[in-house]
Amino acid sequence: MFAVGLIAVLVSLVLAMARAIMGPTMFDRVLAANSTATLAVLSLSLLGFVTGRPDFLDIAILYTLLNLVGTIAVLKYFHPGEN
Amino acid sequence: MVAAVIGVIRSRNLFVVVILGGIYSFLMATVMVALDAVDVAMTEAAVGAGMSTVLLLAVLGLVKTREAPLRHSPFIPLLVCFLTGAVLIYGTLDLPPFGRQDTPTNQHVAPYYIKNSVKETGSPNIVTAVLASYRGYDTLGETTVIFTGGIGVLILLSTSRRRREKQSSKKDSLT
Repeated sequence: MFAVGLIAVLVSLVLAMARAIMGPTMFDRVLAANSTATLAVLSLSLLGFVTGRPDFLDIAILYTLLNLVGTIAVLKYFHPGEN
Repeated sequence: MVAAVIGVIRSRNLFVVVILGGIYSFLMATVMVALDAVDVAMTEAAVGAGMSTVLLLAVLGLVKTREAPLRHSPFIPLLVCFLTGAVLIYGTLDLPPFGRQDTPTNQHVAPYYIKNSVKETGSPNIVTAVLASYRGYDTLGETTVIFTGGIGVLILLSTSRRRREKQSSKKDSLT
């Protein structure tokens, strides 16, 4: 079951990457970057369960924190009217 | 990841490049965790996805977000890159095969670490034990170097900002 979830997460990771590269506006890209990082965290924790080592969850929590910092930094330097 | 790199190369907007670079770092960190290099992955996520994104955005606040057009042909740098890569690949041909037990690097101190690190340091992760305990002074020196570098960058940035403020206040007093 975890393996199926992992495959689903990887498929959506590919979709988010496509949006990040094609994305016409900057907001699309910021959102895609955020969701890519979230999906990476998800795939990491699922991978931990697939390989039978749930300690990966701690690392996943740390990645989520870093993702939050990165997104806030991106939005802080976002000047309106410029894309 | 390959798609992210191609996007980085093809994009002319530097903001997009920064965001795609952050995505690349995050995926790279996940791959490293999957390869059981947890501490390297932690560094990659903290430095690559976190810090360097913030620093590059801070630089983008100072410069323009459009890449300048090329003034010379890109083929000579490309040729140099390919030549260097070819030389490096040629160099790896002489290395012993990956993961063999009788290579020189696995003969020296690695068996000692594997046998004694849990007993002597109490850390379940051997890499952490080597970095923080056996090479503790080395790691302390690296941290000092990085800390000094950070202080230097902060000093440089703050002096340029202060000068700009002084200029603007001078302009205000003139008008």
